[in-house]
Amino acid sequence: MSRIHDMGGRQGDGPVPEIDMEELFHADWEKQTLALNLAAGALGKWNIDASRHSRELLAPKDYAAFSYFEKWVSALTDLLVQTECLSEDDLNQQALRAAGTTPAALSAKTLRAENVAAAMSKGGPSLRESGPAPLYSVGDQVMTHSHNPNPVVPGGHTRLPQYAMGRVGRIVQRHGNHVLPDTNAHFAGENPEPLYAVEFDAKTLWGSAAEDNADTMVLDLWQSYLKPVTT
Amino acid sequence: MPHDGHDHSHSLLPSDPELRVRALESILVNKGLVDPAALNVLIDTYENKIGPKNGARVVAKSWTDPEFRARLQDDASAAIADLGYVGRQGEHMVAVENTPEQHNMVVCTLCSCYPWPVLGIPPAWYKSDAYRARAVREPRAVLSEFGVSLLPDQKIRVWDSTAEIRYLVIPMRPEGSEGMPEDELAALVTRDSMIGTGLVSV
Repeated sequence: MSRIHDMGGRQGDGPVPEIDMEELFHADWEKQTLALNLAAGALGKWNIDASRHSRELLAPKDYAAFSYFEKWVSALTDLLVQTECLSEDDLNQQALRAAGTTPAALSAKTLRAENVAAAMSKGGPSLRESGPAPLYSVGDQVMTHSHNPNPVVPGGHTRLPQYAMGRVGRIVQRHGNHVLPDTNAHFAGENPEPLYAVEFDAKTLWGSAAEDNADTMVLDLWQSYLKPVTT
Repeated sequence: MPHDGHDHSHSLLPSDPELRVRALESILVNKGLVDPAALNVLIDTYENKIGPKNGARVVAKSWTDPEFRARLQDDASAAIADLGYVGRQGEHMVAVENTPEQHNMVVCTLCSCYPWPVLGIPPAWYKSDAYRARAVREPRAVLSEFGVSLLPDQKIRVWDSTAEIRYLVIPMRPEGSEGMPEDELAALVTRDSMIGTGLVSV
């Protein structure tokens, strides 16, 4: 089974909410949360896969109940403690910190205001030169693993959604070698490997419930998620 | 490291999310790990500077400049970078063109991956459980909630952003826009049309 974040195909959700909402944020604290995530991420203590995984580690009842940015601030707190940027003691004592306490000098790694534009423009590319050669070509049929393919942590982070496990699709694009989230999220190395866009027929994924048999769903999947299909 | 079923560190902070953010921010600022001025710049960047106008320019140029369109199809990251749109959550771009035979639509079922440099940060609906759960299983029902009706022979391709590749939908150029200059065309292009939950009209 998968984790609660893996909701593609789930039944029971109502209409898509807030389609006509003009604003990007509901309140100022949501903006602060976004900025805090980006600024803390720039400390370089974790990678994007680890930050995604920290949100996935929220208890299912919290993941379901929390709003989007509530998940972000909570998972960010956990990640800061996990990577020893903060201690639980720091969190416990926060209430005792009087407003007006003189802050410590900015650390060497702290993102300065004048460096924000450069840091955001730089981003964090996941394409790598190294890693194995691609086994598959455009047009090849492949089958996805039927269970979580994470090679280092049972039930750990993966980007193979449950709705596409154990299904046959075809390669439609090759993206080059990319960092493998399944290991990177657990600080177990980048292990870049070939990444493919794999197209599945709606009928393959949803059976007779498919809305239209001509429709397809495309997912980006790493080579180790796939097995060859002999035709 | 937090483990399943154990108390998480975040529960030590106030449970009200506004207070939780404020507490975490003050701790990080006090320790010198966050520059409050940087937070303001980050907010201004994603609230006011980087947004769907960037993507609209990419689309309008693709409609009017065949050479750019070819480059966009061949290497979207490079073509979009040439217009100055680069960086976080847009490192690896792919442009997918709508045609009378095929409509494209983008989702991230596992989280909320979205092409920031060209569209800004995602709207609330894109991050909702309902969109994430339903876009792959019943894209036509979802599109009808957005008021989108497809041509009779259009099939749908839904792109689930499961890796660091970010997809930009190039909507069909609307009838009646012949001869319009690039900037007027760009003004027609909506954010939703570049996610695939909208169409462009004159």
